[in-house]
Amino acid sequence: MRMKGRFGAFGGAYVPEILMPALEQLEAAFLDAQQDVAFQAELAELLAKYAGRPTPLTRCRNLGSAKARLYLKREDLLHGGAHKTNQVLGQAMLACRMGKRRIIAETGAGQHGVATALAGALFGLETRIYMGAHDVERQKLNVFRMQLMGAEVVPVESGSAGLKDAINEALRDWTASFADTHYLLGTVAGPHPFPLMVREYQRVIGIEARAQILEEEGRLPDAVIACVGGGSNAMGMFSDFVEDEDVRLIGVEAAGKGLDGAEHGATLLRGRPGILHGAETYVLQDADGQISESWSVSAGLDYPAVGPEHAYLKDSGRAEYVGATDQEALDAFALLARSEGIVCAFESAHALAYALKMIEEAREELVLVVNLSGRGDKDMEQAQLLLGLKP
Amino acid sequence: MTRYRQMFDRLDNKGAFGAFVMLGDPDIETSAAILDALVEGGADMIELGIPFSDPVADGPVIQAAAERALANRVTPSDCFALIRDFRAKHASVPVGILTYANIVLARGMEAFYRSASVAGVDSVLVADVPAFEAEPFARTARAAGVAPVMIAAPNTPSETLQRLAVLGGGYTYCVARAGVTGAGDDISLNHDALFGELRRLGAPPPVLGFGISTPDHVKAALDAGAAGVISGSAIVRLIEAGAEGVADRIRAFVASMKEAA
Repeated sequence: MRMKGRFGAFGGAYVPEILMPALEQLEAAFLDAQQDVAFQAELAELLAKYAGRPTPLTRCRNLGSAKARLYLKREDLLHGGAHKTNQVLGQAMLACRMGKRRIIAETGAGQHGVATALAGALFGLETRIYMGAHDVERQKLNVFRMQLMGAEVVPVESGSAGLKDAINEALRDWTASFADTHYLLGTVAGPHPFPLMVREYQRVIGIEARAQILEEEGRLPDAVIACVGGGSNAMGMFSDFVEDEDVRLIGVEAAGKGLDGAEHGATLLRGRPGILHGAETYVLQDADGQISESWSVSAGLDYPAVGPEHAYLKDSGRAEYVGATDQEALDAFALLARSEGIVCAFESAHALAYALKMIEEAREELVLVVNLSGRGDKDMEQAQLLLGLKP
Repeated sequence: MTRYRQMFDRLDNKGAFGAFVMLGDPDIETSAAILDALVEGGADMIELGIPFSDPVADGPVIQAAAERALANRVTPSDCFALIRDFRAKHASVPVGILTYANIVLARGMEAFYRSASVAGVDSVLVADVPAFEAEPFARTARAAGVAPVMIAAPNTPSETLQRLAVLGGGYTYCVARAGVTGAGDDISLNHDALFGELRRLGAPPPVLGFGISTPDHVKAALDAGAAGVISGSAIVRLIEAGAEGVADRIRAFVASMKEAA
């Protein structure tokens, strides 16, 4: 490895020895590609002409007020329906660069699976998606989209049959298949170089948002707000604001059915440092170190670990982490649809819910940017059920 | 002299047969009887898993063993108690622990290795700690008098082999093939080059694991220059088949494998 892969005390590469050469190969390919003008130009062109970047920054017309202004970074408008497409294109290009002909990925809500499937189709790579059986059930539409684009979807029955278990299976696949397969991990978690690489490919969100808000407001926002499961959309948004010390970075975790119980996905708020899926980071676990099963109404936030850079940003105090419950997220989801005509993903609704709380309490001028990380089509069935709407 | 050294010396040029089971599988009482059966069957060294909820280096058979143990609420403290009782009966058999990093960290690294040492453990292998991250684990293990076993794979580059030759103790766990643990036919056993390189670097004796499930595998691995072999999933499958007569089945299987060593 050329780098240690650490964010303060967090991160690293905790994988079976047999996977280390694959991580080294990936690190080298990524670092070289960062310096390769032709690679960057091709990626930029794909992001613009295939994925639809830049995405707009929309000022809400009805939510917020003249004094408290709410902006949405519209990753929901990106091709594929979520921010996941940004980094999938970069990784798929790296897979080709390394001469791999097959990609595998885990998915929770199915958005990363969909993004991986579209990249697999675009680059002609054999694609297999591991998805918790429980998530296959609650995200059927995304399963069909993946299959339509030629990906094989493998339901994972072990453990809690969720995102954590899908990552376990993908890692097991990769320990046998790394010679011809790239593990296209979907978030800023996992062993080095994934947290660094995925952040760099998502950084475009924050770069655009920063320029757009300066254009709109003539100043930086008071806070940028993003939901945190593994944490890729939040890292993408935060990265370009980290050095702007007056901009609060707020990550919103899934408080599920409440932070006092066990049914939540609030790793940074309720977990403690440990090692899961290749990284030293905050982990929801029992006293012996067995990983706890997380809970969230949104499959994408239903994960008992978190990207190691978030652990670092929490401990260093640069970012704040808060929770939004299932109910708060659902309320925000419904309110956004009614007030602005935008149907966002349940995941993104967590970030929105906290922003709405801040706006309600605002006494002075307040400018907020919420990363609306994905669109809500995938959640329609659940929404009908949970909001008591008739189909 | 460590128990591993004594064992390799005693075996002279014959290979060591190592047996792996998951502690507390299917329950603590049966597990204790199984450990005795491994020794009675002729196992030279015993490798014991402390169950972890998310064992990414393990295939379905050992995953299921961990799930059975965890379903019975087996804790690391229960595991250390099982080893302590085993050690009281079997003074000279080397005993190693195989587990995952989070189990070590949750107890506190120093506390974990001290508990292991007090229970009579000779070595600890942490499946998701490669040489790249191993230094603090190895240092803490040695301070507690426990040998840090390192993993070497056929694709491990020589700089890493050099590093693990220095860091490692007890034996070097060589994996027979890419992938997770599990009995299968898809293993290659001609790791002469890897074994030779490890010996040249002065690494602890190479012991081959992952997929060793028949006496032919044992013989082929030893012929290629391994100092020993470890069989895991094939033994765990015998436990999966039910508690009735499990000790007899295991004794007989271990004896057949040991005979080929």
